[in-house]
Amino acid sequence: MSVLRPLDKLPSLNTATILLVGIEDALLQQLADSMLKEDCASELKVHLAKSLPLPSSVNRPRIDLIVFVINLHSKYSLQNTEESLRHVDASFFLGKVCFLATGAGRESHCSIHRHTVVKLAHTYQSPLLYCDLEVEAFRATMAQRLVRMLQVCAGHVPGVSALNLLSLLRSSEGPSLEDM
Amino acid sequence: MYRNGVQGRYKQTMDSYDASESTPRQSTSSRPEDYFIGATFLQKRLESVRKQTSFVPTPPRRKIPHCSLLQEDVDLQKVAFLLHKQWTLYSLTPLYKFSYSNLKEYSRLLNAFIVAEKQKGLAVEVGEDFNIKVIFSTLLGIKGTQRDPEAFLVQILSKSQLPSENRESKVLWTGWFCCIFGDSLLETVSEDFTCLPLFLANGTESNTAIIGTWFQKTFDCYFSPLAINAFNLSWMAAMWTACKMDHYVATTEFLWSVPCSPQSLDISYAIHPEDAKALWDSVHKTPGEVTQEEVDLFMDCLYSHFHRHFKIHLSATRLVRVSTSVASAHTDGKIKILCHKYLIGVLAYLTELAIFQIE
Repeated sequence: MSVLRPLDKLPSLNTATILLVGIEDALLQQLADSMLKEDCASELKVHLAKSLPLPSSVNRPRIDLIVFVINLHSKYSLQNTEESLRHVDASFFLGKVCFLATGAGRESHCSIHRHTVVKLAHTYQSPLLYCDLEVEAFRATMAQRLVRMLQVCAGHVPGVSALNLLSLLRSSEGPSLEDM
Repeated sequence: MYRNGVQGRYKQTMDSYDASESTPRQSTSSRPEDYFIGATFLQKRLESVRKQTSFVPTPPRRKIPHCSLLQEDVDLQKVAFLLHKQWTLYSLTPLYKFSYSNLKEYSRLLNAFIVAEKQKGLAVEVGEDFNIKVIFSTLLGIKGTQRDPEAFLVQILSKSQLPSENRESKVLWTGWFCCIFGDSLLETVSEDFTCLPLFLANGTESNTAIIGTWFQKTFDCYFSPLAINAFNLSWMAAMWTACKMDHYVATTEFLWSVPCSPQSLDISYAIHPEDAKALWDSVHKTPGEVTQEEVDLFMDCLYSHFHRHFKIHLSATRLVRVSTSVASAHTDGKIKILCHKYLIGVLAYLTELAIFQIE
C-alpha cells in the first residue's frame, strides 16, 4: 500500500512533474496535451492515472502537484477520487494538491451537487478549480493556469512557495464554510 | 443566520416569512410606506442573489410529501383529469397585472389570438368561428399555503361543426399554472405580480408555443423549459419511494443513459415497489425528514447491487428517468403524476425547482 509523499525523492534538475488523477481518460489526455503545448522555462512531465495507489514497479520522478479531476456528471468519479485521496500523504496537502471539477456547464447532466465538491475541497484545505474540459478554449486557459501552479509547486518561481500560493488561492467564502 | 451557506438561504426565507406575518400588507399605502416596502423587496432580492449557487441549494433535510392539508381538500373529482397524463414542465416568471376576475376576458382574447395565429397569411372573415373554444378556470385547492396564489387552468376545446344538441367538445390542449409553497418567490415580488412559477402543458408543441407567446405579450413574463438533472431525479426517487401507499400501481423503475459512441445505451432497472420501500425503510433514520445522506445511501445500494450482478458502474452513467407508483419524471422535464394523495407534495418539489430556475 504505497502512499504518495512529496519529499521522498530528490528533485531532478529543472523538471516539474504533475500527476492528473481521474477516470475520464480522454479528458485527461486532452488536458495533458494542452499543458505540454504551453511555453514553459522548466521541463514539464505529465503523468496520468485512473486512481491511486500508483504501481510501485515504475520508476517515476518526484511529483510536484497532484490534480484530482472530478466529473460532475458522474458520481463514480467522485467516489474514485475519495478512494484515491486515502493514498496521499498529509504533507501533500500543503499546496501541492488541487481539485478540478469539470462538467458544470451542462447543468441538466449533473448528478453531483456543487456543494459536495466544495465541501470536499474544504475538508482537504485545497483549492477547487472549475473548468469544462470538453471546451477547447477553457481547457487551454486551465492548462496555462496549471502550468503556472506547477512551476510554483516545483519551486521554480523565486520567492513564491506552494504554501504561499495556497493561502492566496484560498477563496473568501466567508463564515458559511467554516461551520460545515 | 449565516451558519451554513446552503442552509442559510433556506433558514433566511423562513425567518423573513415570520417577520412579514406580523406586518400585514395594506391595500392602500401612503408614499413613505411604498418606499419602505420597495426597499425591503430590493433588499430581499439582493440577499437571494448574493447567496445564489449554480445548482439547487438543497437543504440537507427536506420534509417527505404528505397529504394535502388546506381547508379545501383537493377534490378527487376535480383533479382526476390532472393525473395519469404526461405534462411538460416550464418555469414561468411572475405575471404582471394578472387578475382572477378577468378570466372570461382572457379567454376571449386568447381565442382571438389563436385564431389569428393559425390563419396567418390567409384571408379571414370577421366573426367566423374556427371551432376552437378557450376556457380559463381556477383550480381550487392546488396550493401549499394560504399565501400561494390560486392555480388556474387553460383549456382549448374543439367545438364540433354540427349545431345539434349532442355535440361534445374534445380537449385539444391543456395547460395549468400553479404555485406550491412558493414563499421564497412571493417574498420578493411586489403586489402587481402574480407568482405562478410552475407551468404544466399537455398537447401539441405548436399550441404550447402560441399560448406561451400570448402570455408573454400580455403579462410580460417568460417561459423556459424546466429540465430535471440527475441529482434532483435521485431526490425524487427517494422521496416518492418513502411515501406510504396502500397499494402499488406500478413497479419502481429507473432508466440510465450511458454515454458511449456511436449510439447511447440505455439501462433500465425495475424493482418491485415493496422491495424498494423496504430498502428505503432500512436506510431511513429520522422520521418525517429526508436527508442527503439517506438519498445517497439509497441510490448507492441500488448501484452496488447492480454492480455485483453485472459489473457495470451505474454511478458513472446518467439517471434519465425515474418511475414510481407516486409519479414518474423524465430529465427532459416531463412528469406524470399517478397518485392524487401526493399531488401537492410532487408539485411542491417541482415548484422549488422552477423557482430556482427563475432566480
